[in-house]
Order: sequence, then C-alpha cells, then structure tokens
Amino acid sequence: MADLILTPNIENADDFYAGLLAAHDGLEKADSDALNARLVLVLANHIGDSNVLAQALDAAVLKDT
Amino acid sequence: MNKIFEVPLYAYERSPDQDTATPVRHKVIVIGAGPIGLATAIDLAQQGVEVVVLDDNDKVSFGSRAICFSQRTLDIADRLGAGRQMLDKGVLWNVGKVYFDKREVYEFNLQPDEGYANPAFINLQQYYFEKAFVDRVRELQAEGASIEIRGRNKVEAIGTHDDHVKLEVETPEGPYNIEADWLIACDGANSPTRRMLGLDFEGRVFEDNFLIADVVMEADFPSERWFWFDPPFNRGQSALLHKQPDNVWRIDLQLGWDIDKEREQQPENVIPRLKAMLGDDVKFELEWVSIYTFQCRRMERFRYGRVLFAGDSAHQVSPFGARGANSGLQDADNLCWKLKMVIDGKSPELLLDSYNRERVQAADENIRMSTRSTDFITPKSDMSRLLRDAVLDLSEQYEFARPLVNSGRLSTPCTYVGSSLSSADALNGPDITQPGSACPDAPLGNDFLLPKLAGKFTLLTIDADAPEQIEEDGVEATRLALSVKDDPTLELKRRYLGNATSAVYLIRPDQHVAARRDSFEDNAFRQAIRRAIGKE
Ligand SMILES: Cc1cc2nc3c(=O)[nH]c(=O)nc-3n(C[C@H](O)[C@H](O)[C@H](O)COP(=O)(O)OP(=O)(O)OC[C@H]3O[C@@H](n4cnc5c(N)ncnc54)[C@H](O)[C@@H]3O)c2cc1C
Repeated sequence: MADLILTPNIENADDFYAGLLAAHDGLEKADSDALNARLVLVLANHIGDSNVLAQALDAAVLKDT
Repeated sequence: MNKIFEVPLYAYERSPDQDTATPVRHKVIVIGAGPIGLATAIDLAQQGVEVVVLDDNDKVSFGSRAICFSQRTLDIADRLGAGRQMLDKGVLWNVGKVYFDKREVYEFNLQPDEGYANPAFINLQQYYFEKAFVDRVRELQAEGASIEIRGRNKVEAIGTHDDHVKLEVETPEGPYNIEADWLIACDGANSPTRRMLGLDFEGRVFEDNFLIADVVMEADFPSERWFWFDPPFNRGQSALLHKQPDNVWRIDLQLGWDIDKEREQQPENVIPRLKAMLGDDVKFELEWVSIYTFQCRRMERFRYGRVLFAGDSAHQVSPFGARGANSGLQDADNLCWKLKMVIDGKSPELLLDSYNRERVQAADENIRMSTRSTDFITPKSDMSRLLRDAVLDLSEQYEFARPLVNSGRLSTPCTYVGSSLSSADALNGPDITQPGSACPDAPLGNDFLLPKLAGKFTLLTIDADAPEQIEEDGVEATRLALSVKDDPTLELKRRYLGNATSAVYLIRPDQHVAARRDSFEDNAFRQAIRRAIGKE
C-alpha cells in the first residue's frame, strides 16, 4: 500500500505558493472557492491511488487538534 | 550614559576644500555614511583609491533599524577589516520558533552544517554595525589611507558631466563646491541624489503599518527568533521577538492599515501593547520606537554615467528576510573592485554596467523574496489568509507544510546566473559554486578558505596543476593551491568538487566564481579573465 507523503516534496515550494496566490488574485470569493475545488479534483486525479487519497482526506481533517 | 547613536562620531570640521577659489576634484565621493556608504569607502580606500564621504548628519543610525546581519555580510566585513568587531559584539542565534494563535507550530534551525568561519546570522544593532566601520575608517586613516568622513556636509545640488560630477555642499559654516571623477550615492531610501537627478523609484507599497520597538529588559527569553501569526496579544496580526546585544530586544507588532501613527507611537499606547505580549511582570524600558510602512521598489538602473547608486538609494525591501543592509553590502562588494579596475584603466567603463546588471538581478531576487514573505505575513485577501492559515494549521502536524511557512526568507547572496562576466561552466561540480556564485567558505585545518580569496583575482586549484601566476591584459591571477586533504571534514570537496576529482576556479576580487573547469587550460583561463574584467 502506498503511503501519503507528508515530508517536504514540493519543488520550489515558494514559487508554487506564489503561483497559487496569483491564480486567486482578483477573484471573488465564490470564484476562488470554485478554483480550489477544481484544484483538489485535478490533484486527486493525478494521485489516483485510492489509499493515498483516503489518507490525504484524513490528514486534511487534522484530527488531533 | 549617552547611547552611541547620540554622540557625534564624525563631527563637523572645516575642510581646506571650503577655502579654495576653484572646487577641488576628488577621485570618488560617496554621499551617505550609512552602512553602505561606509563599506564602499573602506573598500575603495583599502585598494588605494582616494575617497571622501559626505553625510548630512554626524552620528551613526538613530535607533537600531537593521538587526540581522548575514554570513555573507560578515564575510565581506572581514575583508573590510571590521568583521571581527561585529562578530564579537553580536548575538549568535540559529533557532527560530513559529507560533500560530496560542500554539507553537514548529521550530527551525538555520545552519546545522559546520565549516564556516562566520555564523549564519548575528544580531547587532545597526548603530554598532556602523560604529565598527567608522572605527575601521579611523584605523585606515592612522595608516595613512586617503579616506575622510565629513559630518554635517549636506549635498544640496548635483551637476553631472561626461567625466566628472559637481556638488554643492551645505555646512554649518555655509556652502562650498566640490568635484569628483565618480559619485556613489549611498544616501538611503529617500535618496536626494535620485531626486535631484529626477530618477524613478518604482515598486509596491504594502498597506500595513508595523510598530518597531527596541526595549531594554532583563529577561530570560533565549536568543531565538520568535514569530507569531495571529497571537492572542495581537489578534489578526503578526509579531516578532528577537534578541540584540546589551539586553536589547527587537519587537515588531503589525498594526494594520487604518491607524493614527502619531498616537500609536506614544509610550502610553506602546507600553500596554508590549505588556500584553511580554506579560505584566516583565520590567522593560523603551530604547527606540518607530512606525513603518514597508515598500519594495528599485531604480530602473543603478548606474547613470559617472553616478552609481548602492544600498537603499537603489533598492528598498520590506525587512522580512533582512535583505536591506545585507544586500547593500553586496552592492559595495560588487562595485568597488570594478570601479578600481576602471580608474586604473585596466577595464573599460563598460565593466560598471555589469554592476548594474548583476545588482539589479540581486535586487529583483530580494524584492521577490521579501514581497512573498510580506504577502504571507500580511495576507491581503481572504483567500490568501485562508491558504496561509491552512499552511500554518498543517505545519504543526506535518513536516511537508513547514517549508511553505514564510516569516522571512533570510538573506543569502545572489548567484549571478548568466552574468556577462562569467564563463560557461566546464566542471561537473556542485551548483553552489557554479559561475556567478559567491564562494562558500570551507575549513582548512585551523584556517578558513575565504580570507585567502580576498581582494584579488585568484586561481584556486584543488588537486590540479597551474602556474603560480598568470597575467592577462595587466590583470594578475594568483594561484591558491589546495588539496582535498587540506580539509579532513571534506567540506572543501563537497562544496567545490562534488563528483569531480580536481578543479581550477577563477575567483573574482569579490569572491564570486568567474569560471571553473577540471584542469588548468591556459587559453580558457586567459579568456575567462578578459571576460571577468569586461573585455570580452
Ligand atoms: C525597522 C527596520 C528593520 C530593518 N532590519 C534590517 C535587518 O535586520 N537587516 C538588514 O540587512 N537590513 C535591515 N533594514 C534595512 C537597513 O536599515 C537599510 O537597508 C540600511 O540602513 C541601508 O543603508 P544605506 O547605507 O543604504 O542607507 P542609510 O542607512 O539610510 O544611510 C543613508 C545616509 O545618507 C545620508 N544622507 C542622506 N541625504 C544626504 C545628503 N543630502 N547629503 C549628505 N548625506 C545624506 C544620511 O544621513 C544617512 O547617513 C531594516 C530597516 C528598518 C527600517
């Protein structure tokens, strides 16, 4: 079973984050939310593996805090 | 006791230049005795270039302003003969803690790896930093160098000509005129030189205000950098606590955009904010309080004929990442050897355009980095805040999110990728020493590498043969012969060889790599020298 990667893995993380903010720049809240939703689905498709996706859902819920 | 920033360190004295019928011509005039003007003047004087520094004030920086000085800055200051004093006085730190709301979300360590003479960072009040340079100026004067600081000499007008610059200077005893072959404007972010020449300064203002306070207190907080996002004592905003020498602590509190600056600066309003942060029982005294709005901007070019801009006059950044004075020092480092080459007639004036290109590249990098940090610290849209808070929430539990937390990407030297002074990389070596890079230090037994590379062209050979010296077009490169065996810790190998078994580096006087290959080849290195001095 593949494991969800929870150690740093994004190449040029600052560039990615700046790109993410830039994609949202100037959008109304509804459009921004929709962009995030589409992004989640695009990334989920790229991951594909259902075990990894299940772990990702768990991780995002932040159960322990 | 008077603070050192209250005592005149270069009091006004009448200069013979004020009593001549025709204006006296100097080699170089530097406007501004801030950290960058002082460093520039020292660098030139050490190379035997006659230089006069004019400053409208007669003291070091009022209040501390810059506090974090980087390894590269200390390396440069070592070359300028002032690094030791800074290091001895400075506070060492490498641990940073990040808090979100009431929780500590994570901790980082800046430089776990060893093998550098200087630490990753020191904290030191800007006035001590400048004082170390003023002391160095006095030392050079005692040795007979032509370097002078004229306090309370305010430049009022500038006339530019093809081969010189004319200045009108106001003093307590009235105005006088003076000339220089070259003018270096280190007159700060509000640069009167820029204004007098009608030059632009474009960029972005961050709509936010920061209360910056230096407090003196006996406290047992460790010397770590503590950064808070949205803490209970400053809701919706950020805060920073960082130690300086003499029990002085730097506190930054983000205040938001719509505030009454005058009111917020009054002690009766500042003290309750600090008490909320530090706790009621901590005793402290205010040393310096100021409110800033931050900006990121730069001039389009840093050279206009005989006038060169360095430091804040050329570029301004928000302080997250400590890229102001630290990058200004690199300007001085980059500029002075080139100017010396041009003054000596060894290089065409064109070499100075490489100062413009390389340092504009660096300024853009610094602006990009500090803009991103500012955007993270002070999110300007709901989505930006939502994503920021998501990163912080995740960072507590998951290591992957920590590199995304951006409370300031601390200053590192710019690698001049693609510089016209560099030759194509001809070594299968590490990226950190590719052409354009600032040479990283490396231990050599009881010694270190960088002091051996200072102030001249060097042919660094590692387990490779080369002549002891080559001369090309009047410029000498002297060999420094090393072997990986000189460094049992193998850092020299890791930083300069990587997978290669031997290497020859051509290193510029500012300790940046100009060229490298696995063995010495006469033609290639002669051409590399010509490129590095602006002749190819
Ligand atoms: C709150 C704060 C925190 C900061 N923290 C850091 C940090 O941690 N690390 C860092 O690297 N940087 C930091 N900076 C930035 C740093 O203070 C500046 O980058 C640095 O002072 C720039 O130096 P300079 O020599 O270019 O200009 P300045 O220090 O501004 O010096 C300019 C000089 O020019 C003189 N002058 C001006 N006009 C004239 C005239 N007409 N005639 C003669 N002389 C004139 C002035 O008197 C002054 O001495 C910080 C800044 C602030 C405000």
